Amino acid sequence: MSEVTLLIATRKGAWLLHGDKQRRSWRVDGPHFLGHEINHVMLDPRDGRTMVAAGKTGHLGPTLFRSDDRGATWKEAARPPAFPKTEDGEGPSVDHTFWLTPGHADEPGIWYAGTSPQGLFRSEDGGDSWSPVSGFNDRQGAKKAAGGAQEGTPDGPKLHSIIVDPRDKKHLYLGMSGGGVHESTDRGATWKPLIQGLEVVAGFDAANIAFHDPHCIRLCPSNPDRLYQQNHCGIYRLDRPSDTWKRVGKAMPSEVGDIGFPMVVHPRDADRAWVFPMDGTDVWPRTCPGGTPSVYSTRDGGESWERQSSGFPAGQVWWTVKRQAMTADRADKIGLYFGTTSGEIWASADEGGSWNCIASHLPEIYAVEAVTA
Amino acid sequence: MRVMMPSALRSYTGAGEVEAEGDTLAALLDDLDRRYPGIRFRVVDEQDRIRRHIRFFINGEQSFDLGLKLGPDDEVYIVQALSGG
Repeated sequence: MSEVTLLIATRKGAWLLHGDKQRRSWRVDGPHFLGHEINHVMLDPRDGRTMVAAGKTGHLGPTLFRSDDRGATWKEAARPPAFPKTEDGEGPSVDHTFWLTPGHADEPGIWYAGTSPQGLFRSEDGGDSWSPVSGFNDRQGAKKAAGGAQEGTPDGPKLHSIIVDPRDKKHLYLGMSGGGVHESTDRGATWKPLIQGLEVVAGFDAANIAFHDPHCIRLCPSNPDRLYQQNHCGIYRLDRPSDTWKRVGKAMPSEVGDIGFPMVVHPRDADRAWVFPMDGTDVWPRTCPGGTPSVYSTRDGGESWERQSSGFPAGQVWWTVKRQAMTADRADKIGLYFGTTSGEIWASADEGGSWNCIASHLPEIYAVEAVTA
Repeated sequence: MRVMMPSALRSYTGAGEVEAEGDTLAALLDDLDRRYPGIRFRVVDEQDRIRRHIRFFINGEQSFDLGLKLGPDDEVYIVQALSGG
């Protein structure tokens, strides 16, 4: 099989972990951008060499870095994502770019970015210069929905999970941590909400999209009509053309629940998916439920879930896994990877059957992506 | 005029002290951005608001006014205000 490289974004920089062909030993490459808060590092699968990293520091404003040589050297983007300047100077400003998505296979050079406050941006030159997607950012009520630093989630609401339908470059999905799931069929010119069937926190009106908090949405490459979602209020599946999400997380063990951040789908089997549950009770500790880390896997589209925890410590484990920090490679027997808030990388070479810690003592991990040579 | 750079911006300037021009603080930042592309957006946002952890001192006096008039003999310090861990 091809060699796997993990792209690791952390609160204090980025690291690359280069695996051997057996995915047994890993070579550390880094830190890159030491001291920068790196929210996401992505490789362009269309050329296999362009990489984009979203960063900021404690003092300085946000920017993006680009590499044309697969992370060997980096250069700052000429024009990172920024909202238009408003006449009154009261308009939003990008605090950080949170999510990066390379565009459709037929559109080389196109990238999408999601920011906090929640904005959608597009680059047409491989991530060097970025423009707002006005069809999304300027839609009715968008300014209020974007959310400021004191609105939405504590670190600022995120626009995330930007998905391009592999069959249709005009068909896009995205998630807003304060604002629900949205779909466009005209390359971002117009959008409609896609929240039917999703629950919200008890006592709030599910018809009000502002109360919807998708955490991570994934489209199945082997069946682009199927999406899975880890939401603030459960795990869901959507089979298009239906517009109604089904809460498949109700099949999770009741003592674990179906709250979490990440969602991972199998590259070739749309019935298989993985989640990493967290404690969403009372004050929302957002730790491993009961101090016991567990991955849960489904083989039947979420109708049932199987615990996968071989190799994890038995207890007194209080980290969790953020929404971009769990992923899969594309090997025949796929490898799974996740990074923890305590700076560990865990890997499974047998689809979650057993787990090994392959890196530790990194800063808090924000994102992990797996790419092949 | 002389402009003193914090360590966080020396990846752009290569030096802790640089020369730049401008008859206002805003014009000075524009000149710095011409000389060191990208530096302005790291310290001032797209709405022309000074970023939360950046401070400007002109001849020892702090200013939040990008319209502040400057002369060629003024001395400008750009300072990073540390907070958090």
